[in-house]
Amino acid sequence: MGPPLRLNQCRSRLGAPPSLPAVCGRVARNPGLQVGMAAFAATAGRLLGLRAAGTEGRLLRLRGAGLQRALLQPASATGDAAQRRQVAHFTFQPDPEPQEYGQTQKMNLFQAITSALDNSLAKDPTAVIFGEDVAFGGVFRCTVGLRDKYGKDRVFNTPLCEQGIVGFGIGIAVTGATAIAEIQFADYIFPAFDQIVNEAAKYRYRSGDLFNCGSLTIRAPWGCVGHGALYHSQSPEAFFAHCPGIKVVVPRSPFQAKGLLLSCIEDKNPCIFFEPKILYRAAVEQVPVEPYHIPLSQAEVIQEGSDVTLVAWGTQVHVMREVASMAQEKLGVSCEVIDLKTILPWDMDTVCKSVIKTGRLLISHEAPLTGGFASEISSTVQLYKRLLSFFLKSFWM
Amino acid sequence: MRKMLAAVSRVLSGVAQKPASRVLVASRNFANDATFEIKKCDLHRLEEGPPVTTVLTREDGLKYYRMMQTVRRMELKADQLYKQKIIRGFCHLCDGQEACCVGLEAGINPTDHLITAYRAHGFTFTRGLSVREILAELTGRRGGCAKGKGGSMHMYAKNFYGGNGIVGAQGQIFEAYNMAALWKLPCIFICENNRYGMGTSVERAAASTDYYKRGDFIPGLRVDGMDILCVREATRFAAAYCRSGKGPILMELQTYRYHGHSMSDPGVSYRTREEIQEVRSKSDPIMLLKDRMVNSNLASVEELKEIDVEVRKEIEDAAQFATADPEPPLEELGYHIYSSDPPFEVRGANQWIKFKSIS
Repeated sequence: MGPPLRLNQCRSRLGAPPSLPAVCGRVARNPGLQVGMAAFAATAGRLLGLRAAGTEGRLLRLRGAGLQRALLQPASATGDAAQRRQVAHFTFQPDPEPQEYGQTQKMNLFQAITSALDNSLAKDPTAVIFGEDVAFGGVFRCTVGLRDKYGKDRVFNTPLCEQGIVGFGIGIAVTGATAIAEIQFADYIFPAFDQIVNEAAKYRYRSGDLFNCGSLTIRAPWGCVGHGALYHSQSPEAFFAHCPGIKVVVPRSPFQAKGLLLSCIEDKNPCIFFEPKILYRAAVEQVPVEPYHIPLSQAEVIQEGSDVTLVAWGTQVHVMREVASMAQEKLGVSCEVIDLKTILPWDMDTVCKSVIKTGRLLISHEAPLTGGFASEISSTVQLYKRLLSFFLKSFWM
Repeated sequence: MRKMLAAVSRVLSGVAQKPASRVLVASRNFANDATFEIKKCDLHRLEEGPPVTTVLTREDGLKYYRMMQTVRRMELKADQLYKQKIIRGFCHLCDGQEACCVGLEAGINPTDHLITAYRAHGFTFTRGLSVREILAELTGRRGGCAKGKGGSMHMYAKNFYGGNGIVGAQGQIFEAYNMAALWKLPCIFICENNRYGMGTSVERAAASTDYYKRGDFIPGLRVDGMDILCVREATRFAAAYCRSGKGPILMELQTYRYHGHSMSDPGVSYRTREEIQEVRSKSDPIMLLKDRMVNSNLASVEELKEIDVEVRKEIEDAAQFATADPEPPLEELGYHIYSSDPPFEVRGANQWIKFKSIS
């Protein structure tokens, strides 16, 4: 088995007689199934020497000819309506009911968030929630009922000023309150970028631990929703991954969201919690009513496999799960699926161990390709493999 | 009575060999306090402003004089240390603006909270840190108030949130004004208007240089920032306004800085030396206070000179400490990035250099 290949290497490889499928590197475009399957179909098709006739064959050959070009081609170019619908398709896959946290209740994502916030406000008298329109319940209903329950001094609206929201949040966090700020869409977080990167992330370091804003958590709806277009669909986690001092977390389901959000709120570092907005209603699961914590910076191997490691976070985890089952069924490829959960600081050990086992890595995210977080993961894994093989060689040669 | 005093002083001077000036001080009567007239403040959206007369006690006067002189000498010492390359990095000095920090502190309580921008050494001192800690922080030693890692712009103390290197651009300020006014937060917004933003004069940078009016719906005061009594009265007024629950208020202190924006700025490329000289001779805050006190018999010239000598010594000692104290150990470079348990590793300039991050 060769070293993991990057995407452009894959492209040139396909021209040559097919070797073992080395579908690696970053495959990122839209959250549809098409992306995941195109990668597999193209190389696997060539490998198995499929020569389907007619349009289907042209499709496969077209895809095989240039992996990247095929991915860039919108589904409509092929003139297939069913393909078009597949672009935004995914199926939420609920986890089994958790047994160890007590009584559970059927909740969707926004209800799980409300439950987490409710638990927080109940336990911590200094906790406050603020943001645009949170008082009436929020545009995604994440804060419904909280103002009535805890009062207008603890759940209140801010004016339309993201910079002010985060700046204000940093200020009250420094004085000791637990601040839970909501940015209405992750697309709007950029006016607050300076406050997050230059103030929140560095407060503890520059004051020599005299002050900190660790009790600040920023929540924002994240990711594509189908009709969101430019400014209601963005996934900005990569921008923040570049900044030591903060933590960035993306859950995949209601159960994960509640546990991770409670961990973020308790964490003594400023955290950004991105909530996949397409899952607010679509994801329904049994979620414990009592508070519980899911540890940060720990990736989860959702499905064990032996041939290739698939890494994703947020909504795309469900896409990868479906890809894994289709790959098993149609291509006989055994995939190991990992949910990264925390983008910063990310769990290198779990991912690298998995790649050592399988030898191949595919990372998929909604965010744009260049400089997306997959590039960080893939280059770290390559370095890790290189160092590891160096050590193995020096011991076993 | 006088004969007896003279006799006693002769005996004492013979016994204890106190310097002659001390004996003079003991036998001279000073006024306990004096009333001064201060300049009326321009008002924006306020019916009445701070009073135009104020009472200064001898004790307060001496305290303010000492504090202002300490700030002045500390800044000048920092200038000297910077030119000797003992202080590196950035250094923004506030000499000329002493009345602002000392006057402000005189008008508020130690339990009030203060936050400022990078020209912060004066405020750090008035908020309670010693000159030693400040100079050691400037030289980057472990005796510094931020353990030597913060430097000039990141000094913190109890109820003093810095010292901040990145400061609010206009957008941020107006958002803050809006939120403060909306929620009636008891906040005094202060503009130390020293006439230049780095190298740009206010006339060339601001569509309206009436900064005290720029809060729009927030009431404002324009205060003579070179007169410590004016600053003190205005601060008392503003603090009372906020404490009564009326919401935020804005204060523009018209002041001047003798040095350039920072140590890398000579300070004469955008203003004339004559201008600096004129302000120094006519409106120097320490000179103004000294003249007032001497002319109203609150203190003598010799007494104030003595304070100067003591302050100079204090600063010298502090500079000595700041130069001799060891630097923080290199292992601490990665501390406090995150609050993390257990400690984690941070990569240095290449993959074989690792720092432990403990917090």
